[in-house]
Amino acid sequence: MTSSFPIDRIRADFPILSRTIHGKSLAYLDNGATSQKPRAVIDAVSRFFSEENANIHRGVHYLSMQATDAYDRARERIAEAIGVAAAREVVFVRGATEAVNLVAHGLAERFQPGDEILLTVMEHHANLVPWQILAQNRGVILRHAPLTPEGEIDMDAYAALCGPKTRLAAFTHVSNALGTVNPVVEMTRLAKQCGALVLIDGAQAVPHFPLRIAELGCDFYLFSGHKVFGPDGIGVLWGKWNELKSLPPYQSGGDMIERVHLTHSTFREPPERFEAGTPHISGAIGLAAAFDYLAGVGWDAMHAYEQELLAYATERVGNLGGIRIIGQAREKVGVLSFTLATAHPHDIGTILDTEGVAIRAGNHCAQPLMEFLGLPGTARASFAFYNTRDEVDRLVQALEKVKRYFD
Amino acid sequence: MDDLSDLYQDIILGHNKRPHHYGELNPHTHEAEGYNPLCGDRLCIQVREKNGSLEAAGFTGEGCAISKASASIMTDAVKGLDREGVAKKIGEVLELLTGRDEPVVDLMEHGDIAALAGVRKFPPRVKCATLAWHTLAAALSEEPRAVSTE
Ligand SMILES: Cc1ncc(COP(=O)(O)O)c(C=O)c1O
Repeated sequence: MTSSFPIDRIRADFPILSRTIHGKSLAYLDNGATSQKPRAVIDAVSRFFSEENANIHRGVHYLSMQATDAYDRARERIAEAIGVAAAREVVFVRGATEAVNLVAHGLAERFQPGDEILLTVMEHHANLVPWQILAQNRGVILRHAPLTPEGEIDMDAYAALCGPKTRLAAFTHVSNALGTVNPVVEMTRLAKQCGALVLIDGAQAVPHFPLRIAELGCDFYLFSGHKVFGPDGIGVLWGKWNELKSLPPYQSGGDMIERVHLTHSTFREPPERFEAGTPHISGAIGLAAAFDYLAGVGWDAMHAYEQELLAYATERVGNLGGIRIIGQAREKVGVLSFTLATAHPHDIGTILDTEGVAIRAGNHCAQPLMEFLGLPGTARASFAFYNTRDEVDRLVQALEKVKRYFD
Repeated sequence: MDDLSDLYQDIILGHNKRPHHYGELNPHTHEAEGYNPLCGDRLCIQVREKNGSLEAAGFTGEGCAISKASASIMTDAVKGLDREGVAKKIGEVLELLTGRDEPVVDLMEHGDIAALAGVRKFPPRVKCATLAWHTLAAALSEEPRAVSTE
């Protein structure tokens, strides 16, 4: 294991990691669902409420100007952290789900009957359902790229599905259920060759490795703050300036308008056009604090540590009898999905919980993927850079307990 | 016994491994699908009613040990009951699983159903145990429909 990675110090940064569950110390292996928050984020949010709280873009008073400034700076710091040059291309949303809905709503009018949207079978419901509704309303045909048995996108099939009717390709950067890292640059290139717009769901990518979003070639990229060690209720939609500018408002009301008359209004440019009403100011500030914290840990060290942990977990869990690891892509993040021959994922989850080991069991909001794989669900351990080999050992011990009941 | 052994009693594990009346019931007079979207448990309950009472019950589907065992136990428990008896049995079981007061379970009186009471200490799993019973109620209702425990 990377001996230089200061794991003890890092764990001390996350207050919740020292609590106990059912009398056992918590082994939090459900980071794919949501991540824990470092003291730096908790303090930033708390400091905002204790010292800076006011509404933004309104008052002429000192506090309001200070809050406005903090909100604007949060946008700039986040833009820099995710590798985009212009902060005005960063729209604050509630999370990944709202971001997809915003784009689907904004693009809807452009689709003609017979147009195609290319998705993959590994998408989270958040990147499926909004397109289904658009497709039903506009007579659009949905195509879905299949997977190889290892859980990678079948790139030949994907390339064959890109055609002159493909108006949009929307796919996940990293599969939440399998951990697969998709070749998004190549997928973007192929879709662009057909003249399609490209949207990438980065909800499971941003927490795991450094990103230069502007270099991927896509038109839209989005993620949720709560999965990347920031607060819930805040997320980011990034869009190329011209693409964002061409989208109509999503919600309307205060803050997103330029001039309001009794019967009509004009709208501001992005990002404000898409941020109607009082935004999640403390959330934006907390999310910026999360990115500052991660930069301090060091993205490359974090990623290397997590990869070693994944390799260790894959070997230890894989060596247990009756275990089948679901998702064996060459490139993965710290996600280990598996089934046990004798026990249903839900029963695994309950027994692990009694040992203080938190994992997720079920279909992971990816029902079509489970159907494609022919599985009712999986048990999923998902890691962050604050997890340890000791926690992996406890996962293995708890799985042995499951086997004692069910084998 | 600790809570976990209360949940996964031998009776439950036995029904999970070798469920009773698993498979399509042909012919059947009533059926309904039950679904727990949270965990993906999916049950289809089929029954055959003859001369006012349930001659047979069967189930198919995918589910965790608790939902499977509960369905298996149910197919034993409702056999031979008339409508009123079935409704009473469903009511009793739901009370046992979800009632406010800690139930007094008696193996002699409740049979294998008593083993289901262990889920009370695992609130997220209560829906797994109730799924089969809600689905049976739906199958026998005027308008059978898919039930969802969410
Ligand atoms: C790949 C992926 N996309 C989208 C989402 C939706 O995120 P949120 O619920 O934060 O909007 C998730 C969350 O699990 C996810 O894993």
